[in-house]
Amino acid sequence: MPVCGPKLSLCGLILSVWGIIQLALMGIFYYVHAVALAEDLPEARHPHDPDSLKDFYTDIDRGYTQNAFNCWIAALLYVVTLALSAHQFWANNRSSLSV
Amino acid sequence: MASLFRSAEMTLCQLFLQSEAAYACVSELGELGLVQFRDLNPDVNVFQRKFVNEVRRCDEMERKLRYLEKEIKKDGIPMLDTGENPEAPQPREMIDLEATFEKLENELREVNQNAEALKRNFLELTELKQILRKTQVFFDEMADPSREEEQVTLLGEEGLRAGGQALKLGFVAGVILRERIPAFERMLWRACRGNVFLRQAEIETPLEDPSTGDQVYKSVFIIFFQGDQLKTRVKKICEGFRATLYPCPEAPGDRREMAMGVMTRIEDLNTVLGQTQDHRHRVLVAAAKNIKNWFVKVRKIKAIYHTLNLFNLDVTQKCLIAECWVPVLDFENIQLALRRGTERSGSSVPPILNRMETLEDPPTYNHTNKFTSGFQTLIDAYGIASYREMNPAPYTIITFPFLFAVMFGDLGHGSLMAIFGAWMVLKEKPLAAKKSDNEIWNIFFGGRYIVLLMGLFSMYTGLIYNDVFSKSLNIFGSNWHTNYSATFVLSVQDKMIDPADNGGYDGYPYPIGMDPVWQLAKNKIIFQNSFKMKISIILGIIHMLFGVSMSLFNYTYFKNKLSIICEFVPQVIFLVFLFFYMVLLMFIKWFMYYPTNVESEIKYSPRCAPSILITFINMVLNKETIVDPECDANMYAGQIPIQKLLFACAVICVPWMLLAKPLYIMRSRRKMNYSVSHQQMQAATGNGDAEQPIHNNTAQPIVGHGGGHDEEEDLGEMFIHQGIHTIEYVLGSVSHTASYLRLWALSLAHAQLSEVLWGMVLNKGLVVDGWLGGIVLYVIFAFWACLTVSILVLMEGLSAFLHTLRLHWVEFQSKFYAGQGYAFLPFSFENLLDSASQTAEE
Repeated sequence: MPVCGPKLSLCGLILSVWGIIQLALMGIFYYVHAVALAEDLPEARHPHDPDSLKDFYTDIDRGYTQNAFNCWIAALLYVVTLALSAHQFWANNRSSLSV
Repeated sequence: MASLFRSAEMTLCQLFLQSEAAYACVSELGELGLVQFRDLNPDVNVFQRKFVNEVRRCDEMERKLRYLEKEIKKDGIPMLDTGENPEAPQPREMIDLEATFEKLENELREVNQNAEALKRNFLELTELKQILRKTQVFFDEMADPSREEEQVTLLGEEGLRAGGQALKLGFVAGVILRERIPAFERMLWRACRGNVFLRQAEIETPLEDPSTGDQVYKSVFIIFFQGDQLKTRVKKICEGFRATLYPCPEAPGDRREMAMGVMTRIEDLNTVLGQTQDHRHRVLVAAAKNIKNWFVKVRKIKAIYHTLNLFNLDVTQKCLIAECWVPVLDFENIQLALRRGTERSGSSVPPILNRMETLEDPPTYNHTNKFTSGFQTLIDAYGIASYREMNPAPYTIITFPFLFAVMFGDLGHGSLMAIFGAWMVLKEKPLAAKKSDNEIWNIFFGGRYIVLLMGLFSMYTGLIYNDVFSKSLNIFGSNWHTNYSATFVLSVQDKMIDPADNGGYDGYPYPIGMDPVWQLAKNKIIFQNSFKMKISIILGIIHMLFGVSMSLFNYTYFKNKLSIICEFVPQVIFLVFLFFYMVLLMFIKWFMYYPTNVESEIKYSPRCAPSILITFINMVLNKETIVDPECDANMYAGQIPIQKLLFACAVICVPWMLLAKPLYIMRSRRKMNYSVSHQQMQAATGNGDAEQPIHNNTAQPIVGHGGGHDEEEDLGEMFIHQGIHTIEYVLGSVSHTASYLRLWALSLAHAQLSEVLWGMVLNKGLVVDGWLGGIVLYVIFAFWACLTVSILVLMEGLSAFLHTLRLHWVEFQSKFYAGQGYAFLPFSFENLLDSASQTAEE
């Protein structure tokens, strides 16, 4: 049974396809520690002297891995959204055809 | 091939059609759609033309069809649109069509009338049924013994006594619109001074108004009162409020009987109504199968007669004469169509089509296909090309998306746009068949190839700028590295990257586009600005030079040698010697100077690299460039004399453009005048008659004077015209060159905006620590995606589109394009039907 209208389901469909592709890719980039994404990491302990650099690096590494998994989680959520909106889209199509 | 670059060659033709064959021939020409007829009786009133009667009959048929269509739509019956295109029927078939439509319309009207009457009847009965049901409650309440008590207290002794003698309360019952109830109640109260008792109950189901077909809500009311005077008053008020009163028997038994009667009548009516509806439905379904077909037929007949009205009647009344514009290349096709028409009509005399000489400007007809038509529309929106002028549309196919992409350079946004465009292109046929009347969608769909190309080109420039949603891709590996110690890195906030810096730069560039390291550099904008500004000026000058060279093709085609020498050559010299030289300086600067900190090479270090703009300004103002002592003011040997020479040449071009052409024309005219008068003098003297020369001499000065005066005015106008052109060109070169800087400005704005959007929105989802981050990212990504599409792709895309349009209309086309033609509007059934169906939908 259709819950959301044809426009909303189409919107969800497009958004989730985009989300899956982009977030999956971003997950990979985080996983390989892409420098371009260095500004988009959780807060790391700021190093004050060369000795604390090690902590800083572990924080950054952890952040990269964490973000990679977060991206994939979000991508998975979009897979769910995709399934939902696809079902809604299909239901809408069918109900509009049967009328 | 010439037709690709110019509009098609047209010729004016005269067409003689035999009266009997005219209809069939025009029908064939309408199917072909390559002929534009001219109105040969413009001074004849519309109502006085030959085929007014037929046009009127068609109008009448169309009206009937529209009525039918309205009824079909009302019943929600799908209209069969097979998309087939029936030929225009023979004139004699018109009578059959008329008869069919007449019959259908009458039948439908009758059915509708009957249905309305039945519905009215049905409404009355339902209302009566409701009254009987609802009032029952009121009567029950009245008869309720438990109410006795209440009555006693309310009416007091007297009342009770009166009531005891079966208090002669009269009542009326009826139905009224629900929204009128409050006013009705107040009116009753006031007019009867509170001596009536109103009870009302709502009818839950809406009733259908038979005349309008609307669903209305009504209420049942019953009014109790005493005495006849009150009765008349109450009835009048009811009348005033358009309430319908129904007789309602007092005795419960009668009421029950009546209710039974009403019920059976409703049952009967329902069956009759159902049958009527069925009949109507049958009629409409039958009509719906053919209605589109009929519409096409009727519109074609109408168009043919309308066209025939434009023709002239021969004196013998046997033949119709038409004048029409025809593309020369399609001459054969038209003659074939005419022959087909003659054969179909069974006429023995073939139609005659012969060319006419005319001084009038022919219409502009550009052959387009689905790919080029979008670009042609962009050009035509500025102005239809003059006849046989160079058509900028073919070049626009590449330059338009490219200049757009320079401003819209982002791989991510570009691919979104390209995907949208590709979808429209791939799904072209089903989408076109839908015929949406959404204006915005139609604009996008009409420009689907433009959108696709703009998207693809933006992807390319995005790759060059190395921008994907403001992030850079490190595909080939950056050619920069750091060799700073950890302590140094900790001590500085951020550092500009400098290729001269020892060891930071590997010495060879990134294979394609910008090095990804620039995304993180502090001097990214400084670097990109210098690069993008130069690129936009280079592209602009090339674009403008291309426009100017286009005018050469125009002049050679129109054999305007004078304009080549007096306009094209100085224009090119002016542009090349000043502005293209500046472009060359940019390349010289790029090639000669390189990052170095070595003392011996200081002359070629960034510190000594001269500013191109300052050099250019000094060249025009004829000043020395002031530089550091260790630097060289010149980029190459002999720069100053060469610059002076170039500038002098450019300056000479200004009076050349301004004066050469008018002066030449003036001189050639004077020469012609002189030779004419000389010849006349000779003729006069040679005649030997004494009277003749005197006569000639007296006549001549008047004419000569008049002509001279005209010429003077003409020349003055010419000088002013040329002056305006020259000023426009010279100032335009400066301002248009600057105008191309919008390429840089918009590209910068776009890059910055996408960076801000990433940093302010998506970044917020990425910095959340822990597993919650995934869910936050999910929400924020949706938000970011919406903003990206609405702001960066739609709004920024629109603004870049408009700026590109301006660059083409003003900066490019002003160099060669007059745009003073008028469009070729062929008589074509296809166009006619399209526009007719569109207006019908609106």
